[in-house]
Amino acid sequence: MTSTSARAVGSPLARLEGPAKVSGAARYAAEYPQDHLAYGWIVASPVARGRLDAVLTDPAEEDVLAVLWHGNAPELEKPDDPELAVLQSDEIRYRGQPLALVIATSIEAARRAAQAVQLEITAEDHDVELRADHPDRYTPETVVPDAPATSDTGDVDAALAGAPVTIDVVYETPALHNNPMEPHATIARWDGQDLILYDSNQHPSGIAETVGAIFGLPAERVHVVTEHVGGGFGSKGSARPNAVLAALGSLVTGRPVQIALPRQAMFSMVGHRAPTVQRIRVGATRDGILTAIDHQTCTQSSRLFEFVESASVVTREVYPVPNLRTGHQVVRLDMPTPRWMRAPGEAPGMVGLECALDELAAELGVDPVELRVRNSPENPRYVECLRSGAERFGWSERDRRTDGEWLIGFGMAGATYPAQAMPSTARVRALGNDEYEVAIAAADLGTGARTILTQIAADELGVPVEQIHIRIGNSTLPQASVAGGSSGSASWGWAVTGACRELRAAGGSTEEATFDTTALVQQQKEGRHASGAHFAEVRVSTVTGEVRVSRLFGMFDGGRILNPRTARSQFLGGMIMGMGMALHEEGVLDPAQGTWVNHDLAEYHIPTHADVEWIDAAWLDAPESDLNPMGSKGIGEIGIVGSPAAILNAIWHATGVRIRSLPARLDKLLPALPSPR
Amino acid sequence: MRLTVNGAQHHLVGLDPRTTLLDALRERLHLTGAKNGCDHGQCGACTVLLDGRRVNSCLILAITQQDAEITTVEGLGHKGEPHPVQQGFLDHDGFQCGYCTPGQICSAVGMLDEVGKGWPSAATSDGDDLLSDAEIRERMSGNLCRCAAYPNMVPAIRQAAGR
Ligand code: FES
Ligand code: FES
Repeated sequence: MTSTSARAVGSPLARLEGPAKVSGAARYAAEYPQDHLAYGWIVASPVARGRLDAVLTDPAEEDVLAVLWHGNAPELEKPDDPELAVLQSDEIRYRGQPLALVIATSIEAARRAAQAVQLEITAEDHDVELRADHPDRYTPETVVPDAPATSDTGDVDAALAGAPVTIDVVYETPALHNNPMEPHATIARWDGQDLILYDSNQHPSGIAETVGAIFGLPAERVHVVTEHVGGGFGSKGSARPNAVLAALGSLVTGRPVQIALPRQAMFSMVGHRAPTVQRIRVGATRDGILTAIDHQTCTQSSRLFEFVESASVVTREVYPVPNLRTGHQVVRLDMPTPRWMRAPGEAPGMVGLECALDELAAELGVDPVELRVRNSPENPRYVECLRSGAERFGWSERDRRTDGEWLIGFGMAGATYPAQAMPSTARVRALGNDEYEVAIAAADLGTGARTILTQIAADELGVPVEQIHIRIGNSTLPQASVAGGSSGSASWGWAVTGACRELRAAGGSTEEATFDTTALVQQQKEGRHASGAHFAEVRVSTVTGEVRVSRLFGMFDGGRILNPRTARSQFLGGMIMGMGMALHEEGVLDPAQGTWVNHDLAEYHIPTHADVEWIDAAWLDAPESDLNPMGSKGIGEIGIVGSPAAILNAIWHATGVRIRSLPARLDKLLPALPSPR
Repeated sequence: MRLTVNGAQHHLVGLDPRTTLLDALRERLHLTGAKNGCDHGQCGACTVLLDGRRVNSCLILAITQQDAEITTVEGLGHKGEPHPVQQGFLDHDGFQCGYCTPGQICSAVGMLDEVGKGWPSAATSDGDDLLSDAEIRERMSGNLCRCAAYPNMVPAIRQAAGR
């Protein structure tokens, strides 16, 4: 082995799959040509609750191979996730639930036949509206990912009663939908007893296990191919009904079956961020030292599955407060099941906390940056993000003003996200001539995983990156954890590092080394976080109520930054998704129909090119060496944590209007604005 | 029926007349560069060039385009060399997951042609630079990117335009 002095880690290596992505050669799930491919089209429930009595099909429909429903579908093993028990019973639990699957020889025929299918349904009254005083609300045992639902230290009531300054506010966040640009898709094919799945997901190893169990197969018999993934943001973290339905369809027809979800289905069967109603009470001294916080979240889940968006948990983690109470309540409704969406818990929770702190700062007349610094005595990295971010943004020169029809203001908010790793295994093989194959069943959703794992291996083996041949995106490779929870690079990088070191330590006596991090991960340092601070300049039109984000800046501590080029893109992407959360995104509920009516990209507004003006991110780049061998912390989610609050706080600064119910739509702002001059 | 794609003539037998141009490209010709993000003309992932103009191929029936010259992302570039817009995206990390990327790139190629012809956009007022950042953003806003690689696409496109 040769050694090179140039370090690959930390260099801005361009994405290895870039040429394939810009030329159209990169293959996503529904892009693997198959002989005799058939197409599945899902018939979704038009009601939120009831029973499916019968499915009537028109025998004259051409090119239809099968119409499956619970009356004729093969029986599946009972899955842990009840949403995957597709076509197994007559129960309808949410609008949009798959009730039948049409399989035909073309997309056109499948779609047409699906439209012609008649469903005989006994509809029942549904209950779909979240209210903080809903009589069925209850306190769950745990909230996502696995935290206690409640906490109580000190004497919050006494501290609030005795606090010289208090804030008591309710912040509401709406249902939000992940909407990766690639809708969930699967091609399934049975190869003897083995199941081949070309599937768009964040966790090939997990999908193999889950789908295998449903078909009574060990995970090794399921080959999940996930070479490129068109985004996920949480919604592809676990198997979704499309994977099970495609496998079922292929089993019945004996053909490969492709199911690509239409965009509308992305609002029901793949998960979403549940709406929250958060009441936050804060007590502080006159000089802004926090003495008490009570953060209570009410949210919803489905009848099928208890998933509790953990919005109050983050309040346990950012500022040390002697009297702290947090809690969650959940209402089970006749609605789709919420799941992970980028920074579950932290993203909505930091809207509540960081906006409430802004209200406190205003009440006290204290600089919001200063307020946070005063309350972070043992968090030097966070303080550095606050101070250095403020300096780079020019926070001290912020100057609320009017420019024609525009009111201009400035706001900021803090950010935090847990740093964690999960057990994974990697294999390294010497190919001769100082070339190496590195293999791990990781998925690259656009995070840059393929690239940074190559950089890590190159440094560990002391060779240039060109001599590393990375293989990911396939469940037949060594087991990897989910690309979620901002844990991918730490988890997989740790395994790759371990395998490389083992190969080197063997000193040529072996050609291959495999390393499993399970034991090491169990001893990882708990309670560590990435942190950051967001700064926003907005202008609000007194004519239309439109909010424009003129500048958005994020300063982050992500430990050691493995690749500044891909890292910057991830930070900015998160911040912009946060802009969507502040200004545009909401699932608009129709209580009569029991569904979100704006279930497409024309009416569910995500940020576009024109929404993004000046934006930038910077970071401390200080390794946290005792965390993992790279000293890195995940950065996929922290960008969306805090950026919505910074924008909302800037809107208040500009207009004097506190928007406490997201998003900050024109119609909420306009009535409160002064008339234009 | 026939389709002319990236300079090559294809004869498609038994194509369902309901087939969109997007599905004909993806499912029949296996040109999967054009992506399906919504199938409703709402996202731009399926953008291709039809006689040089950018269109959402999910909104067009394939059978109506037998005489058109269709260019997909696979047909950009020359002899293995990326098209300047593709090179711009590579140089500026103008993508993450890459799913919107072929549509963004085809759209940018079409957009630069529109600018070359002096076509105004909603952001244009008299005497404007038609390729200012605000113009590029406005002109590209029919192409959504959930990864939000927007800030890197603007310099990528500017570079391709030689600015
Ligand atoms: S797929 Fe055609 S515009 Fe979205
Ligand atoms: S790069 Fe992922 S949607 Fe644009």
